[in-house]
Amino acid sequence: MTQKNMVQAINEALRLEMQRDGRVVVLGEDVGKVGGVFRVTQGLWDEFGDDRVIDTPLNEAGIIGTAIGMAAYGMRPVPEIQFADFIYPAFDQIVSEAAKYRYRSGGEYTCPMVIRTPYGGGIKGGAYHSQSPEALFIHTAGLKVVCPSNPYDAKGLLAAAIQDDDPVLFFEPKRVYRAVKMDVPDEAYTLPLGEAKVVRPGEDVTVVAWGAMLYEALSAAETVEAQGISCEVVDLRTLWPLDLESIVRSVEKTGRIVVVHEAPKACGFGAEILQLVTEQSFLHFQAPPARVTGWDTPFPYTLENEYLPLAHRIVPQLIATANY
Amino acid sequence: MRTLPPDDPTLTLFSILREDGTADPQQDAFLPRETLLAMYAQMLRIRRIDERMLGKQRQGKVGFYGTITGQEATPVATGLSLSPEDWVFPALREAAVMLVRGFPLSTWLAQVYGNEADILKGRQMPSHQSGRAVNQVAWSSCIGPQIPQAVGAAMAAKARGDRSVSVGFMGDGATSQPDFHAAMTMAGIHRPPVVLICQNNHWSISVPTEKQTASATLAVKAHAYGLRGVRVDGNDVLAVHHVVKEAVDRARDGGGPTFIESLTYRMGPHSSSDDPTRYRSQEEVETWAKRDPIARLERYLRTAEILDDATLEGLEAGIRAELDAALAEVEELGPPARATVFEDVFAALPPHLQRQQAQFLAMPPAQLAHH
Ligand SMILES: Cc1ncc(C[n+]2csc(CCOP(=O)(O)OP(=O)(O)O)c2C)c(N)n1
Repeated sequence: MTQKNMVQAINEALRLEMQRDGRVVVLGEDVGKVGGVFRVTQGLWDEFGDDRVIDTPLNEAGIIGTAIGMAAYGMRPVPEIQFADFIYPAFDQIVSEAAKYRYRSGGEYTCPMVIRTPYGGGIKGGAYHSQSPEALFIHTAGLKVVCPSNPYDAKGLLAAAIQDDDPVLFFEPKRVYRAVKMDVPDEAYTLPLGEAKVVRPGEDVTVVAWGAMLYEALSAAETVEAQGISCEVVDLRTLWPLDLESIVRSVEKTGRIVVVHEAPKACGFGAEILQLVTEQSFLHFQAPPARVTGWDTPFPYTLENEYLPLAHRIVPQLIATANY
Repeated sequence: MRTLPPDDPTLTLFSILREDGTADPQQDAFLPRETLLAMYAQMLRIRRIDERMLGKQRQGKVGFYGTITGQEATPVATGLSLSPEDWVFPALREAAVMLVRGFPLSTWLAQVYGNEADILKGRQMPSHQSGRAVNQVAWSSCIGPQIPQAVGAAMAAKARGDRSVSVGFMGDGATSQPDFHAAMTMAGIHRPPVVLICQNNHWSISVPTEKQTASATLAVKAHAYGLRGVRVDGNDVLAVHHVVKEAVDRARDGGGPTFIESLTYRMGPHSSSDDPTRYRSQEEVETWAKRDPIARLERYLRTAEILDDATLEGLEAGIRAELDAALAEVEELGPPARATVFEDVFAALPPHLQRQQAQFLAMPPAQLAHH
C-alpha cells in the first residue's frame, strides 16, 4: 500500500494488466517515449517496447480504427485520446463501428478495448481542453462508460474495463489527476463495473455525481450539513450501465435527488438519471428532481468557474430541494 | 507510373540565403530595402513578444502561452505576401500573421489575458487570436479542421468572382488527419485560389515527423492530389517569401492551388506546458539554432549594408516601447462581463438561455482562479 495520485494509479493498472496479459497494447499520440502529455503512460514504453506501446501519428480516427481492428483480431487495445475534446475525429469509428461490432455480427465479432481520455474543466483549458462529452457515448447503444473520481477506484475500474469483453470509454477527470492522493494497493485488483458507491451517508437529499464534480458535491454537502441538511452523496463510478438500484435505494430513503454534472444541461446524463429514478420512485418524491450542471453554452476560458457547477452553485440547490 | 525526377520541387529544398550571409544570385529577388527591413523587423518583433509573454506565463501572470521561436519566417513572409482582402486560416503557430497584417498588438495581447479587451471574450486559451479586421479566421484547438475550411473559403471567393486568396496553415502533425486528405482532395478537384502551407517543424509534441509519415517529404503528397507542390527552407525568409508570394499571386490569377511544405524547427517547447528535453537532444536544438531565421537574415542584411548596430538598436528600442505600451494598456484589465458566458451561442438568446442567464446573473459571482 502506497500513497498514489490518479496518474500513478492508472499507470500502475496499465502496467499490471500489460504484465498479466500479452494482448494488452497501448496506443495514442505521445504515449510512448514521453509517456503521454499527462504522463499517465510513463515508463510503459521502456518496459514493453514499441510493439506494445505505440506512438501514433496525429490521427484519432486512425488510432481508434486500428484499435478496433486489433480488438477484433484478439488483442486488448487501450487507446488514449489526448483530450476528450479531440475524440470527435474518431466519433464515427467509436459510434458506428466499435459500439456495433457485436450486434451487427450476431455476436461473432467483438471489440474489447478501453478508450482512455482525460475530460473536464477546472484546469484553465478553455473551450477545447475542458469538455465532458460522456452523454454522447451513453446515448450510443453498445458502449460502457466509466468515470472514476479517485486513484483507488481508477486503478480497479481500469483493470476491470480492460478485462471486460465490450468497448469501454474511460473518462479520467484531469482536474483530479494530481490533486488527490490516497492509499492504493500495489498489487493488481479489479472493482466491478456498474456499481455506484455511497461515499457520504445522509438522510435528507440524495446527491449523485461522478469524476471531478464529486468533490464539489461533497463540499456542498458539508456546507449544508451546518444548516441541518443531511446529504447522501453517491459516486456513480460507472455511468453506463447505470447502477439504478443504488440511486433508487437512496432516493426512497431521502425522497429528494439532485444530480451534478459539468456537461451542459440539455440532454446531459442528469436528465436520463432523473427520468429513470422518476419512473421507479415517483411516489417517494418530496421535491422535484433537480440538476446542477454546466450551462447550455460552450466552455469558456476566463470565466470557467462561472460555467462549472461548483459548490457555490450546488449549495443553493440543496437548500431549495431540502426545503421544498 | 510516372517517377518523379530527383529535382522535383517537392523533393528538393528551395532556398535563397546561404550560410555565409550572401544570397544565391540566381534566386535573389533583390527586394527593396524597406521590404527586407520590414521582414527583419517583424521577425524580431514576434521573437521579442514571445519571449516576454513566455516570461509572463512563467511568472504566473498568464495561464498558457505558445511560442513560435525559430518559425517566425513563414508567418512573416506570408503576412507580407497577402492583400487585405485575403483570408487566413491559422493553425497553432500563425497567430502572428495578424500582427504582420496590421492588427493592433494590444488587442492581440488581450487575448492572451482573456480579459475584457479580448475580442474573443475570454473563451479561448491564450495563443488562439483571430480577428475579422484582418480576415484571420478563429481556430479551435483541434488539429486539422481548418484545412478544408480554407479550401471552402477559396471556393466561395471563386464562385463570387472575388480576387481574394485563402491561405490554410497546418503543422506536420496535421497532415496525418483525415481533414488534410479532405482538403487536398477538394483543392485538387475544384482548383480554388487557395494556398495550403504546412510548417514542418520536425515535431508534433513528442512525435518526430518520420513517425508521422513514411512519405519521403510532405510536399510530395501534393502530386497524389493533382496539386502543385513546393518544398521550401522555412528558416530562409527570402525563400519562403518568394514561394508563398508566387503561390498567392498564381492563385489570385486563376492558376490554382499550391501545397507548400516549409521546413523549419520548433526551437522552444511545444507550449508552456511541455518539456522537450524529455524527447529530443540538445545537440539537435543547437544544430537548428545555427539556422535561426532571424540571425540568417541579419547576416545577409549586414553583408548588404542594410542593417548596422545603430539600426538594430533602433528596432529593438521601438519593439520594446511598443510592447511596453501595449502591455500597459491591457495587462491590468478585468475579466469579460459575466453575462458574456451566454452571448454568441446563437445570434439571439433563445428562451432556454434567457432563463439560464437570468438564473446565473442572480447568483453572486464565482471566485475566478488567477490566470
Ligand atoms: C484533434 C486533435 N488531436 C490532438 C490534439 C492535441 N495536440 C495539440 S497540438 C498537437 C501536435 C500538433 O503538431 P503539429 O500539427 O505538427 O503542429 P506543431 O505543434 O508542431 O506546430 C497535438 C497532438 C489536438 N489539439 N487536436
